Amino acid sequence: MRKSNVTTGILAMAIITLSATSCKDKKKVQENQEGHQTEQMEDSGHMDGAMEDHSQMDHDNMNHGEMAMMSSEVIADYLTLKNALVSDDKDGAAKAGEKLEGSLKNFDTSKFSDEQQDELKDIIEDATEHAEHIAKSDIGHQREHFKTLSKDVVDMVAITGTENTLYEQYCPMYDNNKGGAWLSMNEEIKNPYFGDKMLTCGKVQREIN
Amino acid sequence: MLVNDVPKQVENIIKTSCYDCHSNNTDYPWYNKVQPVAWFLEDHVTHGKEELNFNEWADYSNRRKNSKLKSIISQIENGEMPLWSYTLIHREAKLSEDKRKTVLDWVSKLKDSL
Ligand code: HEC
Ligand SMILES: [Cu+2]
Repeated sequence: MRKSNVTTGILAMAIITLSATSCKDKKKVQENQEGHQTEQMEDSGHMDGAMEDHSQMDHDNMNHGEMAMMSSEVIADYLTLKNALVSDDKDGAAKAGEKLEGSLKNFDTSKFSDEQQDELKDIIEDATEHAEHIAKSDIGHQREHFKTLSKDVVDMVAITGTENTLYEQYCPMYDNNKGGAWLSMNEEIKNPYFGDKMLTCGKVQREIN
Repeated sequence: MLVNDVPKQVENIIKTSCYDCHSNNTDYPWYNKVQPVAWFLEDHVTHGKEELNFNEWADYSNRRKNSKLKSIISQIENGEMPLWSYTLIHREAKLSEDKRKTVLDWVSKLKDSL
């Protein structure tokens, strides 16, 4: 009994020491990162522009164009990812997945209605996990996550609308014939689930404007 | 567990094969016995729990549940879960063809019902 108390005490002290150290370390890293981020912001003019537009937006009434603009970066990264999968390009897909993590994080939901915000946050949380896994997986696993991710993006577009016409396409053979859908800016079918193996499996199900 | 009316059979399989890494259950009789194993498991438990925690199932939204179920199906179909390095030591956690089918059927049904 006594002995185990002593052991616990020593352990607790060790843990406290450890966490104190790691806290300090973390702070340093954060400072570094902040310094870094400021730099990045300064030399990227386009980012500044986007931020300005943003603040001028009317809080309660967003028109369609503004709503679609909010999701345009996410959609762009999603389409880059889709194209990489079409080309069987694992590294390209991983990079696009990482970029998508960023654009999902930047997605500002605050201008949407409460109900829309709830759903968008749910979508973003789910999509972020898929993007994270896509960023560090082999292509088979990337495609598994791409299937669920595609559903998230379709649901997102249903709320925000889109600046460009999108085509929802579907191939019934993917995933042991359970099928898989995706979005594309081109009507012509190029399958991201099979790539070169079966590039043309699929058909357009819907045009989204 | 997943839902209230999970069949006992399925629950037992998941508890035996997945809970050590995907739940808050830390009551491992073997846990501290062999040091390399303990390190290995600690890493995998923390990591596995981040991915999927059956104890937090009720808090997942339907969208999250759907994603997790899809992922569970793929992992079992591909033979990636339970981790082979774990079933080496825990033979009872290995999924026989029967068990695998039982879990897959039930998880697929649950997913379709969401
Ligand atoms: C020895 C620990 C261990 C056991 C046992 C285990 N897992 Fe895992 N699981 C992990 C770890 C670690 C990860 C995250 C890293 C990885 O994917 O390898 C993971 C990831 C997962 C994921 C997410 C996969 C992805 O990348 O999308 C699912 C789903 C999953 N496990 C399901 C299961 C199921 C179902 C079982 C039981 C049949 C099981 N696991 C048994 C450790 C375990
Ligand atoms: Cu994954």
